[in-house]
Amino acid sequence: MEIIIPILVTLVFAATPILLAALGELVVEKAGVLNLGVEGMMLVGAIAGFAGQFYTGNPYFALLCGAVAGAAVSLIFGFLTLSLSANQTATGLALTIFGTGFSALAGAPFSARPIQLMGPLFPPELATHPLWRGVFGYSAPVYFSFFMVFAIWYFLQKTRAGLILRAVGENDLSAHSIGYSVRGVRYLAVLFGGAMAGIAGACFPLLLTPQWAERMTAGRGWIAVALVVFASWRPLRLLAGAYLFGLVMTMELYAKAGGGPLSVIPSELWAALPYLATIVVLVLISIRRDASTNAPACLGKPFLPSN
Amino acid sequence: MDASMPLRLQLTGITKRFPGVLANDDVSFSVRPGEIHALLGENGAGKSTLVKMIYGIMQADAGEIRWDGAPVVVANPKAARKLGIGMVFQHFSLFEALTVLENIALGMDGTLKSRDLEVRVREVMSTYGLLLDPHRTVATLSVGERQRIEIVRALLLDPKLLIMDEPTSVLTPQEVEQLFEVLRKLAAQGCSILYISHKLHEIKALCDTATILRGGKLVATCDPKQETSRSMAEKMIGAGLKDIVRSQGRSLGAPKLAVSRLVTSKAGHFDVPVNDVSFTVRAGEIFGVAGVAGNGQNALLDALSGEVLGDDKDAVSIDGYPLGLLNTTGRRKRGLCAVPEERNGHAAVGDFTLSDNSVLTARDRLGMVIMGLINGGAAKTYTGKVIADFAVKALGPGSTAGSLSGGNLQKYIMGREILQRPSVLVVSQPTWGVDAGAAAAIHQALVDLAAEGSAIVVISQDLDELLALCDTLAVINGGRLSAAQPVGEVSVEEIGLLMGGVHGATEARDAIPA
Repeated sequence: MEIIIPILVTLVFAATPILLAALGELVVEKAGVLNLGVEGMMLVGAIAGFAGQFYTGNPYFALLCGAVAGAAVSLIFGFLTLSLSANQTATGLALTIFGTGFSALAGAPFSARPIQLMGPLFPPELATHPLWRGVFGYSAPVYFSFFMVFAIWYFLQKTRAGLILRAVGENDLSAHSIGYSVRGVRYLAVLFGGAMAGIAGACFPLLLTPQWAERMTAGRGWIAVALVVFASWRPLRLLAGAYLFGLVMTMELYAKAGGGPLSVIPSELWAALPYLATIVVLVLISIRRDASTNAPACLGKPFLPSN
Repeated sequence: MDASMPLRLQLTGITKRFPGVLANDDVSFSVRPGEIHALLGENGAGKSTLVKMIYGIMQADAGEIRWDGAPVVVANPKAARKLGIGMVFQHFSLFEALTVLENIALGMDGTLKSRDLEVRVREVMSTYGLLLDPHRTVATLSVGERQRIEIVRALLLDPKLLIMDEPTSVLTPQEVEQLFEVLRKLAAQGCSILYISHKLHEIKALCDTATILRGGKLVATCDPKQETSRSMAEKMIGAGLKDIVRSQGRSLGAPKLAVSRLVTSKAGHFDVPVNDVSFTVRAGEIFGVAGVAGNGQNALLDALSGEVLGDDKDAVSIDGYPLGLLNTTGRRKRGLCAVPEERNGHAAVGDFTLSDNSVLTARDRLGMVIMGLINGGAAKTYTGKVIADFAVKALGPGSTAGSLSGGNLQKYIMGREILQRPSVLVVSQPTWGVDAGAAAAIHQALVDLAAEGSAIVVISQDLDELLALCDTLAVINGGRLSAAQPVGEVSVEEIGLLMGGVHGATEARDAIPA
């Protein structure tokens, strides 16, 4: 127990930002848009969240800053790809480059100025026993991410708005001909994805390392993008996938720290594991053909109505 | 019909201009309550543009739409549905990954709970005999079943005007009859129907009035029951219709294409594998394969073209030379060319120019590739010839295939294969969605090719086409081919029974309506 709980806490903190960003991207992709700018939106969210915490000391306001900043950046993507029908892949990559540069520029004045980490959501009395700490010891974004898994599943499967969103991602021209606003739905999805990525980014300074570092999201945005495919666009599988990745990253940390049996495998190999796992899972999914049919049919295609 | 009732729909002076084309030029006509009104015209005559404006997908540049006597602006399809206008599209606007019920829910304006909706859907389905499982995923349904979803979706709104865009192109004769029953029932209840089709005998059987468009202009309004199919077709194309000209008393040559005990393995979603098919086509013969969609036509075409290979080298042969193990390229070199049913994406690459598309199938027979390098000039010249000979409406060999209308692309594809002078040509649905004038030209080209001594296999669901075109006819059902019979000696009833699977040996498939 004494060993397990700290590992669990590290795991949860590693998995949460990936899960949040991937959930946002899942909704975006279900609407038929491929936004590869998740990493960039996360970095902008991270610096906005950092600044919010730095100036106000209110972590909830800081998360809100991250969400707004992520949504604002995603609006650039939305305008280019939805209103101007630019190529989504290229625009997404550009967004990541932009986010990386912008966050480095905006973050420069904050270097080496620590902030307060976000405290746990529940009062510490609930988390006195180590076991309870494993349940009640986390800060709000962790519980929020769990809530969003079920909220998004419910939204997509059980609500009319979710059905319309899936329809837009499945066949944009048909949705248009029935009379749904394809661009409108996709704008909302992209903004939601941006906000989720922004919150995910803000988790890095607020939950993990309480100071600003350039590129502090360290490629987690890309893992989030891969995870959406990995989970075949299903929120519950996304939860499992994010924690699997989180587990591997946690192992890496412990291996680096020279933690007993784990250090038998070199830490570089641990670091490579999430990516190896992605490849293996993608291969397995493509063998099972029915699983890949869950991909939205219009994913990444620009919407070009005939009139 | 009560004459004092206002007209259900009245169009006055509708004009719509696209860059470079006048799609609709001062079109005026009206539909009475309970009337079945046909909208006739060749491809590009402006029928689709017109109904898109009625359904609110497009807005007219000039003119007025009156609904039940009052002028209306149909801003979007939602507004159209609110007025009581339903539409069944030619290309179904369905979502493959979603279920029947979800698809229907998307077409409704969201006031019903999904459980209540299911009850209503089942009601409508049983009232009109449109049988479907609401929880099936659309991807697993046949084309005919998909159309039923569209119809149910439109009927759920209790429409006062139902627009049907070429609804029968994919149905069996029996299914067509069922559809007509539904439409007549609806009309009797006062629902007006605007029926777009180019099948003239259907319009004669079903419609009260026909409005004929040509080049965006209204050229005639007539009572189809008083007209002949021929007179309507001539109004449509604005000229006398050419009959197929065959040289008299021609005799068929030696056997050219021999298919022997052809078997394919598991076919795709909507088709069955071919089972033990044998037939022979002689030089100069046009051999027709009739049948309802999804009975093995695609598998047969793939097996003949070489797209799907079997393991018996003698299953397909030309002049005794076995082709069974050769792929498409090998078979083309030996003189067997094929045109699949799906023109955009299968017979042609939409984003490629016509020239490049010619290279794809004609490179070996016409020497368009020399030592791995494409001879662009040869491809361009050949494509230009196809465009000229087959009257393809395209800017030139540099136009992309996807920019052509369906009928024009079909003319190009047929021309591309026919001008290669293949010794055996296999075509599927040669005139699907093609207007009467173009269809006649394609038919004539096929007859001419046969007259030069080629053996031709035509796979089609259009029985009229097969009866007009073919020397010999067989019916495919459940992957098995009936015995071939000379066209003069079979009756339509007999073929209809064979298409329905009544040849003793095979069981009726579930695709056949009860």
